Amino acid sequence: MNKKELITSLKKIIKPYIQDQEAFKNLSEETDFINDLKINSANLVDVILDVEDEFDIEIDNKSMEKMLSVKAAIDIIETKLNKS
Amino acid sequence: MKKKTIIQLLPYQAPFLFVDELTYISANRSEGYYTFKNDEYFYKGHFKDKPITPGVILTEVMAQIGVVCLGIYLLKKEFSEIKKPQIALTSNEIDFFLPVLPSERVKVVSEKIYFRFNKLKCKVEMLNKKNKLVCRGTISGMLKGINNET
Repeated sequence: MNKKELITSLKKIIKPYIQDQEAFKNLSEETDFINDLKINSANLVDVILDVEDEFDIEIDNKSMEKMLSVKAAIDIIETKLNKS
Repeated sequence: MKKKTIIQLLPYQAPFLFVDELTYISANRSEGYYTFKNDEYFYKGHFKDKPITPGVILTEVMAQIGVVCLGIYLLKKEFSEIKKPQIALTSNEIDFFLPVLPSERVKVVSEKIYFRFNKLKCKVEMLNKKNKLVCRGTISGMLKGINNET
């Protein structure tokens, strides 16, 4: 899966949880989940659980704490996918 | 962890403690009771001449027994004399079926959906003394242990 496809599936996962439509429309790698998309910390947990299901990977606490932006999420997903 | 210890660790007190008794607790499930007093403070205003327990209070009873008590049990190793639970309700979606009047006793049954990254999400229902469904839904909260002010 290339980066563009990864971002597309990530967008699908986060869509139900975002509070800022404009930021979502302009989503880039630099987009921050909490500051830009206004996802709260509880919904961020749901995003991560959905990422686990979608990509069949397991996110540990350390990775979870880092997963605060599109870029960080993609890095983590790519690393986990390459390991498996 | 004893059921009484869990109630002692709850960060509430009157008039906002809504757990009388826990009757079952495990890593996946909690059950408990609360009896509404005739003079609960909210009956003065809800409604003017006709006291009925507000839905937000029923939700609170379900959250205290179903999510906070269960969460304290799940995190039991984290708590001590100095480390107390810090909690926040993060979302709920509840359907209501029957009213609850002053002096009624309700039972809450909660089942864990998941507990990950400090978020506990549960399927919770409330029954009246005739075992009829009062309300039902899902409630989520974030929980962790924090050091008390020294």
